[in-house]
Amino acid sequence: MNAFADQLLVLVMLINLVMLGSSRLIFSIRAVAAQGVILGILPGLIHPFSGHLAAITAGIILAKGILIPYLISDAVRKAQIRREVEPFLGYVPTLLLGAVFTALSFAFAEKLPLAPEHKDLLFVPASIATLLTGFLILTTRRKAISQVIGYLVMENGIFIFGMLLTEAMPVMVEAGALLDLLVGIFVMGIVINHISREFSSLDTSRLRTLKEE
Amino acid sequence: MLFALILLPLAGALVAWIVPDNRLRPLILPVMGSIHLVLTVLLLGNTPAPSAGGWIWLDPLGKVVLLCISLLFVVCAFYAVGYLSYRQERSNRILCTGLLVCLAAMGLVTVSQHLGLLWVALETTTVSMAPLIYFNRNARSIEATWKYLLICSVGIGLALLGLLFLAYSTYVAQRDATLLLGPLMASARDLNPGWLHAAAIFLLVGYGSKMGLAPLHTWKPDAYGEAPGLVGALLAGGLVNCAFLSILRVYQICLASGIEIQFFQKSLLGMGLISMAFAAVFMARQADFKRMLAYSSIEHVGILAIGLGLGGGAIYGALFHLLNNGLTKGVLFLSSGNIHRSYSNKTTDVVKGALTRLPWSGGLFLAGFIAITGSPPFSPFISEYTIVSSAFIDGHHLVGGLFLLFLVIVFIGMALTVLPMVMGAPPADIEPTDYRDRLLTVGPPFLMMTVILVLGIWPPAFLVTLLRDGAAMLGVQP
Repeated sequence: MNAFADQLLVLVMLINLVMLGSSRLIFSIRAVAAQGVILGILPGLIHPFSGHLAAITAGIILAKGILIPYLISDAVRKAQIRREVEPFLGYVPTLLLGAVFTALSFAFAEKLPLAPEHKDLLFVPASIATLLTGFLILTTRRKAISQVIGYLVMENGIFIFGMLLTEAMPVMVEAGALLDLLVGIFVMGIVINHISREFSSLDTSRLRTLKEE
Repeated sequence: MLFALILLPLAGALVAWIVPDNRLRPLILPVMGSIHLVLTVLLLGNTPAPSAGGWIWLDPLGKVVLLCISLLFVVCAFYAVGYLSYRQERSNRILCTGLLVCLAAMGLVTVSQHLGLLWVALETTTVSMAPLIYFNRNARSIEATWKYLLICSVGIGLALLGLLFLAYSTYVAQRDATLLLGPLMASARDLNPGWLHAAAIFLLVGYGSKMGLAPLHTWKPDAYGEAPGLVGALLAGGLVNCAFLSILRVYQICLASGIEIQFFQKSLLGMGLISMAFAAVFMARQADFKRMLAYSSIEHVGILAIGLGLGGGAIYGALFHLLNNGLTKGVLFLSSGNIHRSYSNKTTDVVKGALTRLPWSGGLFLAGFIAITGSPPFSPFISEYTIVSSAFIDGHHLVGGLFLLFLVIVFIGMALTVLPMVMGAPPADIEPTDYRDRLLTVGPPFLMMTVILVLGIWPPAFLVTLLRDGAAMLGVQP
């Protein structure tokens, strides 16, 4: 099953690159949703079956695959915007940076003192690559919705690392983390709505009245 | 009893959500706040055994933070009734509900012995505070809310990664992977040092951004500047201390590991000094007095970090300062909220002569300023003196010297803003507002100021014991 898990992780990293190269917001949201579903399947592939595991799989797919993407696309629909325009850094440079980051995360993961049974798996490089992709989106895009997507990708990266520890993390904590994430995105969706009403735009570079004179 | 600390405010939040009347709803806050304070006092006197498999317990460190939060909340709750009577033009449903949810989450932070649960509770405080910063519903406050929400969420996300690293360090060391504080500290010496080091960095960055330590403080002036006074008070006295408690938990583990603690202390010292320096620079000529209070908060989280980083006797000072800073910030934010209401402006261009126009609020603001800058006889003087004297006793002359220098610069910078605000005659052409000093808006901060004065002159014996117990948990020899 480990080979299948690795193939899925490669898919996660490809989705990262696809998101970096795309300007259509709905497309990015679907890509994040697909990542969420893959994240839900992964723990089942590397850990023996248990009730705990089933609960986590269901929780992740429900939260990251369905509810959160729904909340964000709802915000997109209400704000009536389709594309990310003029990011701070163009699509091709970010895509190249994303590829470089992915390569670097493989090199970095080689050096980490991992437990022997995790040495041959792609979990750690995929986690670092996804985390860095999230940061890249967060810092180079202007639209508030793109920034939320970046935050989600970053969280996905953290979750991939957490997969190695599924047995150690109590289900209460995982459920709490997912719930907090969900409510956080919900509040962000509301805030996005108000930003678009207040500024008639979702361009966060317009959020600059508050600064030191 | 420990569960009541969390469940009662949640029940209160539900009631606040259901009650339809805008004038009746704020009354739930003081009721809940008073019950919470009674519960806290009972719990401080007679602590129940750990429950829920050791996940929930109130240790001395949790007690100090809980005491501060409970005192601050009850004062803010009574104040809220008076404040919201001036803000009947908009619904306070979200504000009241959010405050109570946040109280429950802060309570959970203080009793969590499981680092994962602590993380969940801390993230809940972040999310529940976000709508409250947006109470005024204008372009400026939405900007502040967005920055707060995004920076704190990303920061807390990094802290989660740090927690996973910590769990992984137990896994690599072939221990039962756990995030329970007790077992983690017991096995800390055998943890994999590389992963522990990474965990300490990520946790410090994550919780540090939530606490507002420089250079991760950028959201703070905006959020504190735009939030209503009572929300600012809870951010500066409640959420900051919750984040500090989380850092204390990491400190406990680093201390138990024996090797990691030196790096952690050095990082805390560095971030603390940078925070004080930032605050000193930006405090000068700050025209917006609420933003000035935000920089003061950055200064004081710096002081807390330095106290912790110095170790030894300074830790006692840091724990005492946690309480003093929380309460004094409460007085400052609440009285500045009154001044803001009365002048309907928060810049020093318009706000002048507050002592004449609002003798009580102006006086409290002035007293709060004197206290927060570390002047005797108020209690922040005692805690800051403890930290700086133990810095010199332990031979950290550079840190002690810089600490004093920054304190002086901050004092001058803050005085340049505060003194023109409260002294002199109010300008003749300000538009009249319906705000007047009344018992409910002035009484609560006045009581808190009295507490600060009493703590400075005669700290009660139970508090001294509590602080000593807390310091002993952080490696201070009694």
